[in-house]
Amino acid sequence: MELYIEGDPVADTKAPEGPIETRWERRRFEAKLVNPANRRKMTVIVVGTGLAGGSAAATLAEQGYRVKSYCYQDSPRRAHSIAAQGGINAAKNYRNDGDSVHRLFYDTVKGGDFRSRESNVHRLAEVSANIIDQCVAQGVPFAREYGGLLDTRSFGGAQVQRTFYARGQTGQQLLLGAYQALERQIGLGNVEMNARHEMLELIVIDGKARGIVVRDMVTGEISSEFADAVVLASGGYGNVFYLSTNAKGCNVTATWRAHRKGAYFANPCYTQIHPTCIPVSGDHQSKLTLMSESLRNDGRVWVPKAKDDDRAPRDIPEDERDYYLERIYPSFGNLVPRDIASRAAKNVCDEGRGVGPTKLGVYLDFSDAISRLGRKAIEAKYGNLFEMYERITGEDPYEVPMRIYPAVHYTMGGLWVDYDLQSTIPGLFVIGEANFSDHGANRLGASALMQGLADGYFVLPNTIANYLAAGPFEAVDGTHPAAIEARRDVEDRIQRLLAINGDRTVDSFHRELGQIMWEHCGMERSDAGLRKAIDEIRALRDQFWQRVRVPGDGEGLNQSLEKAGRVADFFELAELMCIDALHREESCGGHFRAEHQSADGEAERDDEHFSYVAAWEFTATGQPSVLHKEDLNFEYVHPTQRSYK
Amino acid sequence: MNLTLRIWRQSGPSDQGRMVTYQVDDVSPDMSFLEMLDVLNERLILDGEEPVAFDHDCREGICGMCGLMINGNAHGPQRGTTACQLHMRQFKDGDTIDIEPWRARAFPVIKDLVVNRGAFDKIIAAGGYITAPTGSAPEAHSVPVAKANADAAFSSAACIGCGACVAACPNGSAMLFTAAKVTQLSLLPQGQPERHTRVIGMVDAHDEAGFGGCTNAGECTVVCPKGIPLSTIGRLNRDYLTATTKSGDNTPGT
Repeated sequence: MELYIEGDPVADTKAPEGPIETRWERRRFEAKLVNPANRRKMTVIVVGTGLAGGSAAATLAEQGYRVKSYCYQDSPRRAHSIAAQGGINAAKNYRNDGDSVHRLFYDTVKGGDFRSRESNVHRLAEVSANIIDQCVAQGVPFAREYGGLLDTRSFGGAQVQRTFYARGQTGQQLLLGAYQALERQIGLGNVEMNARHEMLELIVIDGKARGIVVRDMVTGEISSEFADAVVLASGGYGNVFYLSTNAKGCNVTATWRAHRKGAYFANPCYTQIHPTCIPVSGDHQSKLTLMSESLRNDGRVWVPKAKDDDRAPRDIPEDERDYYLERIYPSFGNLVPRDIASRAAKNVCDEGRGVGPTKLGVYLDFSDAISRLGRKAIEAKYGNLFEMYERITGEDPYEVPMRIYPAVHYTMGGLWVDYDLQSTIPGLFVIGEANFSDHGANRLGASALMQGLADGYFVLPNTIANYLAAGPFEAVDGTHPAAIEARRDVEDRIQRLLAINGDRTVDSFHRELGQIMWEHCGMERSDAGLRKAIDEIRALRDQFWQRVRVPGDGEGLNQSLEKAGRVADFFELAELMCIDALHREESCGGHFRAEHQSADGEAERDDEHFSYVAAWEFTATGQPSVLHKEDLNFEYVHPTQRSYK
Repeated sequence: MNLTLRIWRQSGPSDQGRMVTYQVDDVSPDMSFLEMLDVLNERLILDGEEPVAFDHDCREGICGMCGLMINGNAHGPQRGTTACQLHMRQFKDGDTIDIEPWRARAFPVIKDLVVNRGAFDKIIAAGGYITAPTGSAPEAHSVPVAKANADAAFSSAACIGCGACVAACPNGSAMLFTAAKVTQLSLLPQGQPERHTRVIGMVDAHDEAGFGGCTNAGECTVVCPKGIPLSTIGRLNRDYLTATTKSGDNTPGT
């Protein structure tokens, strides 16, 4: 059987024509509006309370819509946006260093390796400055200079200092700002908040997204919730790899269920592997911890020149060390972009030169910086990161080099959306990491926070009005056949999972799936490897449905049941990721195909054949998906080959 | 190493609950505390028993979802560390470890080690914000903030809302949590217009939720994984006193 079928191209992205600087303004002007009295009659469901979902729910409620918000955590304040460390980009040009909306737009399109949509990225750059204003007004305690004005720093992929930050906890502070705005609306009665609720199905009635089926994770109660529009802000799917820097609960279920109901899934193979994470310490490992990219400013990356060199790092003389990033990329050295640094680490470990107990690690050594700047200076810059490293590994990085290894961090792919952030199902909008829209094949540092808040505060609240202007839509309830069916599907699935009562735990399957994905659909992919992975995933999925053991029942809090449902969806997504990676016969951004590299191992993009978004349509379980291509046109930023040598 | 765990098991809110003893062997010192519980749970599932329910999410000390009383200490023996970042090298072979949920009237147990901390959200909803609807914000540089105030505001804003302060407090008070938010917002110029209504609203919500009063025992700040200082409570009390004298009849301008 074919792995996929090619269908019609994506006809219309709804992006306005004309000069790129005026497109967003024109779209807002041409969009229909909803008058304040009518807003009160309409309900919007928002799934997820991270930067995108939290800010969208608060803003829609401020505008006068009735909002129902859902999150799986015990409070909307805990969404994983909270763990973002570095910062948020904005084209304020406070440094007078040549920054502008156009430069942020340019850097983001180039950083995405020319696989994103110009119109969307330009809009993102335009609203970036408003985000900083909004967050300061909310009381977000950004870092400041002695004069009381905001401080900024530089980040990968840019030559200007446009990154605003709050120590190493920028995501936390921005999220708490959005959370507090949301809590204000909850207190005013404008938002109905449902924490510890998980969306398990989308309800589509007469071709429109009209509601969701949710499970109350405390009581086990299944209910159908209805609205005039549904917004998914449920984050990325990095946990398909089992080990990632995502929170343990992050999952693909909300977007995958929508995909199965007709929403196209775009570029699923685009995943970002972050080069500086703490290596796996053993089979018990449950998640990976990121060490900020900023460490590469002062740390030097190396491995021994010889294979299987078991000496302690300090016993290896200077001339027997390979500072491989400095050697291969003399002009960027240790500061090459994330995808390049990650792959180089994999290559030296594949050669048998990795370090640490598992041999899957490289040194990040601060001894030169400590002797040059003094221990005090290093402490001031990185003290909290060094402490965190010591807490996890038990080693003191002031004395011995850190050991680091790449880990899955972010997924650029997601549900396909048009310029209005609407999916292929009318009334279903997708924002933040859950959509595919702005980062192309590689996301730049400090751009995820920017996109989440841009979508939630400024883009969606404007574009959704154009859709809701046709509402309120005919009232629907749980007696509608489509609602009954969606609910029954959820209940059947739960009963099926509980009834298997096999001999393996959910985690054991998830871990094995993650190993397949990491091996064949991770930092380097090949035709043969991906085909093997697809076979292995299918076989393991069959095993899962025969042998998984989910203890307990569906009546109350059952964490094994929650995990089982999520892992079942990861199996289906994993297969599509591999098919997407297999069909994209080029190397671009986070997607590196072994067959498509230059003689010296650099990525080779193929603009002639692959300058498009791959939007996948679900057909039926076990049947091939249909590929729809959205051609990418570059009118303002002309594609060039990236080089960091 | 081999350990004896004594874990609080409670099937639901109406169950009385009890401590149950489990043996775990071959624990690696490189495991996190929660990974050690994962290993126990995998075994319980295969043995046909119910795994131990506990809350956790980011496992990197920032989301605030995890919270365990470990040998009577909120988040365990290591200062400035959440349970998810606590590693087994802090323990030794043969140790017996007691693991219990947060215990406070305002945090009812849902199951095993999982409690309901929804009362924290109610405190924030009662005033822990600055009213600034999207789109209405002035240019970010229109109001400078002295660096010292911005830094101090950040230090209070670092609270992760885990609830350790409540669990450690002999009165079950959430005053450190409340004071951290009051302090952050009252240090910033943007927070001034609502300064007095905020502190009254939040303290009222705190009391209504069933948290106890603060008697300056100071246990809270010792267990706080983010080191929120006790002085925030002093600031809250000062703001509260000022607010109650100024806004007695809620007349504008008084």
